[in-house]
Amino acid sequence: MTEAAGRCPKLGLIVNPVAGLGGRVGLKGSDGEEIQKRALELGAVPGAQGRAAQALERVSSIVNTDIITWPVEMGEDVAKRCGLDPTVVGSIEPGKTSAEDTRHAAAGMLQAGVDLLLFAGGDGTARDICGAVGSKVPVLGIPAGVKIHSAAFATTPLAAGDLASLYLQGRVSALREAEVIDIDEEALRRGDITVRLFGYLKVPFRTSLIQSLKSASGPGEKVAMQAIAATVVEVMEKGVLYIIGPGTTTREVMTGLGLGKTLVGVDVVEDGRIVASDANESQILSLIAGRRAVIVVTPIGGQGCIFGRGNQQISPEVIRRVGRENIIVVGTPGKLNTLAGRPLWVDTGDREVDGMLYGHYRVVTGYNEEAICRVSG
Amino acid sequence: MGQRDITKERYSDGKPVLRRFHQARWDEPIIFELSRAGQRGILVPEVDEEIRARAGDVLATLPDGMRRKDPPALPELSQPQVVRHYARLSQENLGADLNVDIGQGTCTMKYSPKINDQLAANPKLLDLHPFQDEETVQGILEVMYRFEQILKEISGLDRFSLQPGAGSAAIYANVSIIRAYHEARGESKQRDEIITTIFSHPSNAACAKTAGYRVITLYPDDDGYPDLDALKAAVSERTAGLLITNPEDTGIYNPKIAEFVDIVHGAGGLCSYDQANANGVLGITRAREADFDLCHFNLHKTFSTPHGCGGPAVGATGVKEELARFLPVPLVEYDGDRYRLDYDLADSIGKVGSFHGVPAVVVKAYAWAMSLGADGLREVAGIAVLNNNYLLKKMLEIPGLSIPYAKGKRRIEQVRYSWEKLAEETGVHSEELGIRAADFGVHYWTSHHPFVVPEPCTLEPTESYSKDELDEYVAIIAHVAREAYTDPEIVKSAPHNSTVHTIEHEPFDDPSQWAVTWRAFRRKVGGD
Repeated sequence: MTEAAGRCPKLGLIVNPVAGLGGRVGLKGSDGEEIQKRALELGAVPGAQGRAAQALERVSSIVNTDIITWPVEMGEDVAKRCGLDPTVVGSIEPGKTSAEDTRHAAAGMLQAGVDLLLFAGGDGTARDICGAVGSKVPVLGIPAGVKIHSAAFATTPLAAGDLASLYLQGRVSALREAEVIDIDEEALRRGDITVRLFGYLKVPFRTSLIQSLKSASGPGEKVAMQAIAATVVEVMEKGVLYIIGPGTTTREVMTGLGLGKTLVGVDVVEDGRIVASDANESQILSLIAGRRAVIVVTPIGGQGCIFGRGNQQISPEVIRRVGRENIIVVGTPGKLNTLAGRPLWVDTGDREVDGMLYGHYRVVTGYNEEAICRVSG
Repeated sequence: MGQRDITKERYSDGKPVLRRFHQARWDEPIIFELSRAGQRGILVPEVDEEIRARAGDVLATLPDGMRRKDPPALPELSQPQVVRHYARLSQENLGADLNVDIGQGTCTMKYSPKINDQLAANPKLLDLHPFQDEETVQGILEVMYRFEQILKEISGLDRFSLQPGAGSAAIYANVSIIRAYHEARGESKQRDEIITTIFSHPSNAACAKTAGYRVITLYPDDDGYPDLDALKAAVSERTAGLLITNPEDTGIYNPKIAEFVDIVHGAGGLCSYDQANANGVLGITRAREADFDLCHFNLHKTFSTPHGCGGPAVGATGVKEELARFLPVPLVEYDGDRYRLDYDLADSIGKVGSFHGVPAVVVKAYAWAMSLGADGLREVAGIAVLNNNYLLKKMLEIPGLSIPYAKGKRRIEQVRYSWEKLAEETGVHSEELGIRAADFGVHYWTSHHPFVVPEPCTLEPTESYSKDELDEYVAIIAHVAREAYTDPEIVKSAPHNSTVHTIEHEPFDDPSQWAVTWRAFRRKVGGD
């Protein structure tokens, strides 16, 4: 797929021209036309073009590629500024681009058969691209947005350029599934933080070049997840309901049982069979009424939340009924490491339940391996 | 002619003129790839007619089951090809004899006097056979016995086995002893958990795991010490033991170590002290005073034997008197007149290495310890700690570098530094700085995985290096860090003077891609 295969690799480039607008002017994000207008009024300067150019200049200085991009400010300008001769596809209304354009562009790149899709933006852009291409094509983010919580981003624009070059040259071949996380900006402006696990992108992986603070799932991580899954499957008891929270680690548990998983939802399992897929709170409550149940959850990488972010279906009432002693927390050593020493935390919305959950937990980190981690508020 | 002042050549106007290093540019193939069918290193002469007539066909006496069906798949080369192959490989190295080797923290890369190698290469030792009657090997038994007495004094523990062939083998032996102890008390089924810390040497977790235990890892508290509250939450009637390093890999000494031991003892578990690297505490603290039940020393670290690329090593395992009955056999006994081997330990965990371990390594360690004496060993620790804290002070003058945890506390024999600030400001990562340093003839190691300390680098200067040498090392690292700010590209594209430039790391994390033998490699990547 790359230079090593004896042909010129194809690099797709998408720039979200409004990414990062809201950051310096304190708007906590740039989603939505109204906010972008306000940001410009407050004196925001679009920075995505410059950051994309830094990355692209790095790539073009290292490897020969065919650049395929979207018109004007969505990539064409940057590519030409770097002295490149891109193939421009699609159409936009300059100065008035939206999330819809990002999704169209991503779908267009997929159709053009790019080897790697490089985009400049933030979590919102990652979400749009993820929605359009899923894991059908390797993707790498140039950090240019306000919110960079997703693991699909390189640490800096230059690191994005380096990693993209290494991948296109065939010198890095490892790909990992990177979490695409988005925070509801409306809620954030009101002071609430609602983190949502949106999905996963397939991202080239080299330890030092990728955003390591926000959870990673490289080849070693995959092995660790399988080891965790083997431990959980081994301790599963007959006649007990298992409420499996979202995440790639918990997905491995389901894979270990030979079952499919709702990646960003909650599934309920009994005796190796799914009894509810993508269950909501009331479904869970009615299933566990009068029954013994166990919750299996994994913290959000880089943040450490185990209840109250992205798994609200496992509500305070569900947790109260299941009981603290029936909670299995799982997480790879790599993921625990992304917390940089901070404790795990909960924010279920119910103080009493939060209080019940505080204290030390044994987190399953591998096959017959556990770490002692503190959970706080 | 006056004497040349080397210092002047290396420093001009107070600024170091850095030594440029250039590795031999071989890219030597694997020996199997050099093989050509029919090439031979030695041609064994035909047996004389007369001998053949008298001895007959000696191979005919071999039972069928012992005959190979095919000849062994060894590489076929001439002698000079073999010599060139290994000479070239050695020139692709940045080994201890070639550089100021203080960057391989946790490995205690001290200078190992060459005369000790010569002692170990003495034919009187080399020509011994482990099956010889003990009456004919009194000399080596005496060396082993005497060296055990030295280790007893250093640790305060009561008996040692020199049989384990590595640090991990010693930890494995200690875990086996812990299990044997609980078995003897009828509690081994119930006690299936071993506790360790994330900054203890990872072999502790690995060995406990290999021995079938569930491993519980403690993360550091906010100050970087092992978390005492987490330990309290971890111990239970399932606790078999604690395996812990002190000072940990951060170089931080755990001042609550005796409390750790107490808590585990209170839960009925045993405590094993990983002293693989005891270089900063020789003659200063002992396992006995913290009430540890077991410990081990790597003779190839602290005891200068040296650290030989995974080559011959000894992990000396020590225990309190009440655990001596579980030690590997044989032990060396002395009755005031003769030395003998005692195999008669009914509760022994059995053998953890063949015969008596690696006596040649014991000879080197014994020679090293005797050349220093008790005061000299204590001085080793003093100089190692002084060197380390001098290096720490100089290193922290470099912009972008810091040390996490234990604010205001000195470090013992090594330091885990962090380039987090430099990486944030320049996009250059710790690993890249270490690689660039190789262009100046030194290098450093980052840390075990996962990187709990961000952008880590771990330096351990030991007692072997002079102030000039430490200054030279710091000058090189300072130069490379400056380059990260002024010319990051030259750092990121390093090394410029080595055979192999960069390699892809991630496959090393993936067991499905590992191949530890040539045959496994061929099986995994195709070929025959």
